[in-house]
Amino acid sequence: MSAAEEVVTEGQAVEAVPKRAMTLGYGTSLVVLVALIITPLLVKNFIIFQMTMLLIYGLAVLALNILTGGSGQFSLGQSAFYAVGAYTSAILMEHANMNYALTLPIAGIICFGFGYLFGKPALRLSGVYLALATFALATAMPQLLKLGFFEHWTGGVQGLVVTKPDAPFGLPMSQDMWLYYFTLVITIGIYLASVNLLRSRSGRAFMAIRDNEIAASAMGVDVALYKTLAFGVSAGITGVAGGLGAIAVQFVAPDGYTITLAISLFLGMVVGGVGWLPGSIVGSAFIIFVPNIAEGISKGLSGAVFGVLLFLVIFLVPHGARQVAIVATQLFGKLKKN
Amino acid sequence: MPVFRLRLGALSAALALLAASSTTSIAQKKYDTGATDSEIKIGNIMPYSGPASAYGVIGKTEEAYFRKINAEGGINGRKINFVSYDDAYSPPKTVEQARKLVESDEVLLIFNSLGTPPNTAIQKYMNQKKVPQLFVATGATKWNDPKDFPWTMGWQPNYQSETIIYAKYILKNKPDAKIAVLYQNDDYGKDYLKGFKDGLGAKAASMIVIEDSYEVSEPTIDSHIVRLKATGADVFMNITTPKFAAQAIKKNAELGWKPLHFLNNVSGSIGSVIKPAGFDNAQDIISSQYFKDPTDAQWKSDKAMIAWNEFLDKYYPEANRADASVMYAYIVSQGLVQVLKACGDNLTRENIMKQAASLKDFEPGGLLPGVKVNTSATDFAPLSQLQLIRFKGETWERFGEILSGDVGG
Repeated sequence: MSAAEEVVTEGQAVEAVPKRAMTLGYGTSLVVLVALIITPLLVKNFIIFQMTMLLIYGLAVLALNILTGGSGQFSLGQSAFYAVGAYTSAILMEHANMNYALTLPIAGIICFGFGYLFGKPALRLSGVYLALATFALATAMPQLLKLGFFEHWTGGVQGLVVTKPDAPFGLPMSQDMWLYYFTLVITIGIYLASVNLLRSRSGRAFMAIRDNEIAASAMGVDVALYKTLAFGVSAGITGVAGGLGAIAVQFVAPDGYTITLAISLFLGMVVGGVGWLPGSIVGSAFIIFVPNIAEGISKGLSGAVFGVLLFLVIFLVPHGARQVAIVATQLFGKLKKN
Repeated sequence: MPVFRLRLGALSAALALLAASSTTSIAQKKYDTGATDSEIKIGNIMPYSGPASAYGVIGKTEEAYFRKINAEGGINGRKINFVSYDDAYSPPKTVEQARKLVESDEVLLIFNSLGTPPNTAIQKYMNQKKVPQLFVATGATKWNDPKDFPWTMGWQPNYQSETIIYAKYILKNKPDAKIAVLYQNDDYGKDYLKGFKDGLGAKAASMIVIEDSYEVSEPTIDSHIVRLKATGADVFMNITTPKFAAQAIKKNAELGWKPLHFLNNVSGSIGSVIKPAGFDNAQDIISSQYFKDPTDAQWKSDKAMIAWNEFLDKYYPEANRADASVMYAYIVSQGLVQVLKACGDNLTRENIMKQAASLKDFEPGGLLPGVKVNTSATDFAPLSQLQLIRFKGETWERFGEILSGDVGG
């Protein structure tokens, strides 16, 4: 069977999501935005820190969503891009004394290059084979970071401690709150850019490839270019998230970026709804808070409880948060009519 | 009205007395967040899930021990509320859990959090917040640094001081040794290796004929042993974790390689290492210890061991008694109780660090005879003594004096 035939017979790996359905309406967006801006003023620093992590993982899930939901390619290697971004920021901040804000675009660009280069050979693979190739990347990364050759910069197994930035211009807010708003601005920026990307020519090309590669190429879409581009963009955003994560956690070490992280991000995407960008935040909330809830239910069996909760989600709402949102809008519409 | 005056005088005297007594009692009782008249809230972070979940048993034993302390009336009338969270050995998660403990649960201190990377991740935060990060469960050398990190304190003898002791022994008894070193390629292995080289000093380069490392993910280390043997070394420094240590001992015997074998005490357990490797194969191996191995028959009727068994029977019956971590947790929990007792009614974070830094010749049950806990304002390494042991028959034989290999971070 030729590769082309395989693609045809395989059917669609990812369900087609019309691009309108990828975002929220204006009203809802505004409510969410206001909530994200106001909440930190009312809660403790610890909660603010958790919300910062929520946004950071949200970005990483969003990046995966562009790749899988947008262009139909799988990746279990997002933790590797996340690690590269985190280490880039940490090394530039600690060894080159660079301003934290400047390290983020650099982390993004390096990861974009990394992802683009990785996307080249990955072109020959699709579906589960691609997932396996990226899986290899994720398993290799922690060990690469431990290599003696890089140890001078990476700190080897001991990792690197990162200094947390103070609020600039003498603003009267805590480090946590400043970092939260800083992250929020970047997240909103990247979110808007992603929405625009998917609505643009390139985004339509991504989706055409996702829905049917052969048809897309027959219509003149440069399949190779757009597939690697999707990889690059996804890796770049993940890299920025990794850099922010390093600043928020104040520490990078190989043990923080194992395959577990890649799987968590994948999980976040599925729970949030594949191809539905706002779902990224919901997915991120799931991977941050549900393990804590599971631990609260039973310490010894936290893994099993987590499994059961995950199973329930997949069983009851297979399309994740998107499905919940659709049902909610329908209910809301009915109520309005009455 | 003399009578009235007298009464007034008595009343005012009584009042003054009352005021005085109440002010003294107020002055005596001082609390920081996490401590009250009835409760002391202690935080803890353990890898209950993930790659290092075997160590989760430490947290469970500690929880059981504090249940025992509470059942016996608590510490100076206060019950211990032990809040233990899972970080899956992932540093970002450790940071989240530490912040949850300090800012949301408002614990008085974080006790015995496990692992070098997780503790490194929270060290700066804990010191900024001035919350004690007490008796961390890692053997890295850097925790003994009271000048830069006055709120962080180690517990067990650190890895470097252990290999320094072996190096000193080699220099003294076998100065012309040809040494083969095998170590695990991570922070633990490298820390041990550094201590060993520091201990050999200038002679390290000429004495060590081969340094070989393995990854934890390797299924077997047989090929490494073959390579080590081929160099003709007559001393083997074995820096491996239990599973690999057992493999190394077995393979040595198979190959008929009989060097002077030093085994790091991480893998000194008879139950989990020596027995699976075979008693015959393990004769004359030298290691070191600071607490009693519960699987060693010589402690069967020891008083501390009986107390340990009674505690487990009552509060943690499902514990695996061959697991050295259970003993480890039992000893370190006694350390915390001792510190809290010494604090009396002054349960401020500052006083906790002060009392933790003034332990003098404290001997919790379970330590080897002669090993004592000592700290001072400049010494944040509570346990730094070890005794050399040699495997004979079916048990470890102690020999020589109690040795100390203090090194600062």
